[in-house]
Amino acid sequence: MADLHLTQVRKCFGNVDIIKGIDLAIRHGEFIVFVGPSGCGKSTLLRMIAGLEEISSGEITIGGRVVNDLPPKERSIAMVFQSYALFPHMTVRDNIAFGLTIAGEPRKEIDAKVADAARILKLDALLDRKPSQLSGGQRQRVAIGRAIVRNPDVFLFDEPLSNLDAALRVNTRAEIAKLHRDLGATMIYVTHDQVEAMTLADRIAVLDGGVVRQFGAPMDLYRYPDNLFVAGFIGSPKMNFIPVKALSVSADTITLNAEGLDALTVAAKGAEILPGTALTLGIRPEHITISHGATPRHQGSVVLLERLGHQIFIEVATLGGHSVTALIDGEEEVELGHTVGLTYDASKCHLFDKNADSLRL
Amino acid sequence: MSYIKRDRRAAWYMLAPALLMIGVFIVLPFLMSVILSFTDQRLVPNPNVPTSFIGWRNYVRLAEDGDFLNAFWRTATFTILVVPLQSVMGLGAALLINTKLPMRNLFRGIYFLPTVISMVVVSVIWSSLYQREGFFNYAVTALSFGAVQPIDWLQNPYTAMPALVLLSAWQGFPFQMVVYLAGLQGISQELYEAARIEGANRWQEFWHVTMPGLRNTHILVAITTTIFAFKLFTQVQLLTQGGPSSVTDTLVRVMYMQGFRQGKVGVGAAAAVVFFLLVLGISLVQRLLVKEERAIQ
Ligand SMILES: Nc1ncnc2c1ncn2[C@@H]1O[C@H](COP(=O)(O)OP(=O)(O)OP(=O)(O)O)[C@@H](O)[C@H]1O
Ligand SMILES: [Mg+2]
Repeated sequence: MADLHLTQVRKCFGNVDIIKGIDLAIRHGEFIVFVGPSGCGKSTLLRMIAGLEEISSGEITIGGRVVNDLPPKERSIAMVFQSYALFPHMTVRDNIAFGLTIAGEPRKEIDAKVADAARILKLDALLDRKPSQLSGGQRQRVAIGRAIVRNPDVFLFDEPLSNLDAALRVNTRAEIAKLHRDLGATMIYVTHDQVEAMTLADRIAVLDGGVVRQFGAPMDLYRYPDNLFVAGFIGSPKMNFIPVKALSVSADTITLNAEGLDALTVAAKGAEILPGTALTLGIRPEHITISHGATPRHQGSVVLLERLGHQIFIEVATLGGHSVTALIDGEEEVELGHTVGLTYDASKCHLFDKNADSLRL
Repeated sequence: MSYIKRDRRAAWYMLAPALLMIGVFIVLPFLMSVILSFTDQRLVPNPNVPTSFIGWRNYVRLAEDGDFLNAFWRTATFTILVVPLQSVMGLGAALLINTKLPMRNLFRGIYFLPTVISMVVVSVIWSSLYQREGFFNYAVTALSFGAVQPIDWLQNPYTAMPALVLLSAWQGFPFQMVVYLAGLQGISQELYEAARIEGANRWQEFWHVTMPGLRNTHILVAITTTIFAFKLFTQVQLLTQGGPSSVTDTLVRVMYMQGFRQGKVGVGAAAAVVFFLLVLGISLVQRLLVKEERAIQ
């Protein structure tokens, strides 16, 4: 079993801290995605697991074994690079067989394993070509083939789809998901594309500035973001953030308002919040509707309107001077310039304190 | 369309100075040597015997001339010895300074020094190293505990050529080093990382990533070094004058002796043309090899 544990893992380049103490416990067979904005340290963390980057402090264990000082080949990992990193002078066959060949495995076994991998990845017909004679998607599959023949415990992917076009990306994404189901190996996948993260992951680690902001199942991150960063990062179109004031509080509710916004009561940890405190209200565009009755409303005028067919995407400039985006029913009768009232589904509202932490119960 | 024409004209304007220089200092002299090689032109013309065309006689004379053939083989021997040595030295030095060693920039500068120093100066320094009381004899005597007697490295027919090879390789290798360094830096770092992930050790990385990645660089280095080696002259003229017993005589020295010492400009020019064709042949081989590589990639 190849559980993977990171304990207070840190990395500094010179005196710049890049990875600032990361703890993760990854179970055998999980598909984990590291997601985060550019420069947050995703690749660095992956390369530390791979053994390509030294660990400044902390501990990484794979299958219970501390691997801090082990070279990559003794960690039972394989890695797929963003630019594929295929050996240009070798055929597809030799590329896939490379690790086995230099490990001195018998020719017969190598051939069998390469044939297996080629069948899984539909590379049978391409085995004698050079990488330069392949398309981007085919190269990607060769790189994956090179990883799977060694049957490692952990697969590492660093933005493997970013050089592919949109259609191929969707296909390959599905293939990687299938591969994970078939092989049952642990996979760690780096991306800054949240769609890839949401669709592939068993659990997502959202990284920002060298720390894990939240680690959990995709829908948990979507439904229950721990902080403003995760709330804003997961979900598309982005969650709206509206500055509000607490009117009255109880242990498990907060009633709030803002200019142009009728009083709204949200289930939240109110115990430590004083009335009058400034908070941030988070509401996703898809949880906003146009109000026709007397439900709590936020008023403003429509400044942008895009009809998507089954839905309408609108941007509303509110009286308080904020802009709120909403995805509303495609049949709603709204026009540019109209004054509308927006209704926020109170059960889908998020409240964040001044430290950007969620006040979820 | 017209802007393409304008661009073209601008291109020609920019090329003109270089073309003019190449024309005056390379193409014209070469054409003149081709013409001269078919005449009996002398360095100091005899007013009583006018210069006349003599057809292929100069070439025939070269073909029958023992000195010229000897010089050809000596030059070839020198080339065969010096090219691998110099290339390996260049590659070795490039590998060393391409690592993340501290002070690698200092080493880069130091390694490059020999090439910056004039071959004349290098020859003078090495001639003292090769002397009876010089460094090499001291080293050989010390290492063999006195069993080997001092050798006159440059006067001994067996050691004169190797001595020249060593000196030339030392003076010339920084050029190969720089070319190899550029080649090394063109190899993607990810390939090394992929090789490490796959379990390659340093040696396997070298054979499976570095060497194939340097294929075109190898060809370039081999060809340019060969051409440089064929031009061997300065060291020989300064240190051995072709001796002892002509074992270090070279093509360029024959050209020089024929044209300027014996005043037979026509024969010298013919030798120069033959030399040119040799070098041209070597360059064509390079082009063929490199083209083949492009077709693969
Ligand atoms: N070798 C290095 N020396 C110094 N700084 C480095 C080095 N490698 C990475 N960094 C820095 O570490 C930070 C994280 O880099 P990393 O490549 O891990 O980001 P990333 O999250 O993978 O970003 P991207 O999505 O753009 O690939 C960046 O600020 C980068 O400049
Ligand atoms: Mg990255």
